[in-house]
Amino acid sequence: MGVQLFYDGIDDPELRTLDGYAKRGGYEMLRKALEMEPGAVLQEMLDSEVRGRGGAGFAMGKKMSFIPGGTMDKYLVCNADESEPGTFKDRELMQKNPHLLIEGMLIAGYAIGANKSFIFIRGEYDHQADVLDAAVAEARAAGYIGDRILGFAHTQDLVVHRGAGAYICGEETALLDALEGKRGNPRLKPPFPAVQGLYRGPTLINNVETLMNAPHIMRMGGKEFARLGTANSTGTKVVSISGCVQRPGNYEVELGVPTRELVYGLAGGPPEGRSIKAWFPGGSSAPVLPGTDEYMDLPYDFDSIAKAGSMLGSGAIIVIDDSISIVDVAVKTAKFYRHESCGKCTPCREGTNWTVKMLERVQSGEATPMDLDIMASVQEQIIGNCLCVLGDAMAMPIGSMIAHFREEFEAHIDAARERNGLGAAIPQVNRGRQGGAYPMREPAGIEPTPAVV
Amino acid sequence: MAIDPSQVRRFAHGSRVPGWDDAADLSKDPAVIPDPATTPVPEHIRAEIEAQMAKYPDFRSAAIPALHIVQREHGWCSPTAIEQAACVMRLTPAYLTAVATFYDMFSTTPKGRHDVFVCTNISCSLLGADRIHEAMVEAAGRDPDFHVKPFECLGACDIAPMASVDGEYVGPLEETDCARIVDDVKAGREVLPDKQLKRRKIAIEYWREQTLGGPDARRPSQDAGPDDPRR
Repeated sequence: MGVQLFYDGIDDPELRTLDGYAKRGGYEMLRKALEMEPGAVLQEMLDSEVRGRGGAGFAMGKKMSFIPGGTMDKYLVCNADESEPGTFKDRELMQKNPHLLIEGMLIAGYAIGANKSFIFIRGEYDHQADVLDAAVAEARAAGYIGDRILGFAHTQDLVVHRGAGAYICGEETALLDALEGKRGNPRLKPPFPAVQGLYRGPTLINNVETLMNAPHIMRMGGKEFARLGTANSTGTKVVSISGCVQRPGNYEVELGVPTRELVYGLAGGPPEGRSIKAWFPGGSSAPVLPGTDEYMDLPYDFDSIAKAGSMLGSGAIIVIDDSISIVDVAVKTAKFYRHESCGKCTPCREGTNWTVKMLERVQSGEATPMDLDIMASVQEQIIGNCLCVLGDAMAMPIGSMIAHFREEFEAHIDAARERNGLGAAIPQVNRGRQGGAYPMREPAGIEPTPAVV
Repeated sequence: MAIDPSQVRRFAHGSRVPGWDDAADLSKDPAVIPDPATTPVPEHIRAEIEAQMAKYPDFRSAAIPALHIVQREHGWCSPTAIEQAACVMRLTPAYLTAVATFYDMFSTTPKGRHDVFVCTNISCSLLGADRIHEAMVEAAGRDPDFHVKPFECLGACDIAPMASVDGEYVGPLEETDCARIVDDVKAGREVLPDKQLKRRKIAIEYWREQTLGGPDARRPSQDAGPDDPRR
């Protein structure tokens, strides 16, 4: 099983209470941190090289070091708006070990000098928010939260803020807007939140699991912590595995384990008699990868998955087996992003809408293979052209599904056209490379015509 | 080529695009911050909203908590509910309506008291969530007390297909569970106590118990579990 930083004995119901947590060495790392200089705590975080667990994989220590020094209103926000399809690790961690998050936030808050901190938890996580509320009240009563924590000069307040159901609020600037009581629309960056974030003050935003690493880093020491996992992906990762597997759930592993061990070993692989067609390595925003041996043998860490053309994202594996039509998955994925697009910028608002419309045509059999090229080019034009990455988050998986499973899409179109009595699709016109970054496959036996300008 | 206007498909409100039926009445003056003298607000609502406002450096941050409070009180974010929140927070109703319409958990149309959110996102739909949603609508759809809604990922793919019943996560659901959910909610009992997420152990433990438990395992496995010596 390897090292279990988070999941060792996490099912103990006592752990949710301050007494139970203190019995297991809780809040000692906070004391240790407060006895050190903030700069030394920050150095430990930098040494640990731990990367953000929320999706972008940006180094936590580096992000902390962007917060300006000096006395001013600085904020720490914990992003607990876990809405990425397939991801459910933060829910379990917060519900079963709320004090670890609070301690992590206090340590991080001390390192950057933040006096106000917030946990932005999604509104649907009612039970988890109640657990956190109770834990915060306990910690406040014990003097861990509030003025002059444990008699040291550091003062930090902590508020649990419940959202109201919007995927976009997981995006850091949209989260800040939602926390300020507005519609959750992303902001233009720069200025980055580290410079101008919540209430226009410097703000550090980190994912639940990232912040929960802070007490462990203090206990082990940053350099020692960095020896867990691989060189560029340190530490352990709670991986959420769901979809067509026999034993779905959260599993904590050291980064760099073979994907096969996760999917087949821990999660039991696909149901009997089926095989894996495709899998999302990091939530539904990550490009899909085929379930072939080549990809199953990839080490599960940030760099290896990125090299294979996808991303580790939030560390959520969704397995799709061969009984599922990739067209259905594509429609579901695109519809989700259409629903969650905030509508602030055009490529995302229109791109998600038209992608759904085109995919539905594919599904119902009114499309021709040429629509796949149009769709792929729409995805190309979304990527990188929006304020936030929600548009990209649809474009990447849909684009990758078309790239990897084009034959299945075409077979589906042909079969559906046949069923509807529409006859064969119009043969593709070879437009060469003008058709976008995914050129159409050239029809066999026809010489490519020179591009017409 | 001339377009025959009678052939253009239109929505009931006469527009070719949806969403124009709630348009502002331009003959009215814009709504201003409600006058406390003429807007009765129940005392406990006022106290709760003010407590929320005190928690933040900027009182406007309490917009979402305030809407949660009035929606719980009124059943939905009705114009009265929003007016009350606006009165306490000293904001215009338009500001709060803009916020309320953005988020999925707020309803600006009347809804049933009991929320049943059925997750129909990828992981759940791979395991038949659309069937569960249909069965749930079948079981509770006509009951005005229930508000059955297909929802995007609720963050509980380990118990897929799942639903959130008044905030209580239950799963994995089968079609027969839908009638039980309706019965449990109506009787005021705990919903599907054996399928509640909050009682479930972490995956390693849970599946170890299931595998040892024999025929009860939902998806029996050939692999002996995490202890399998082959691993």
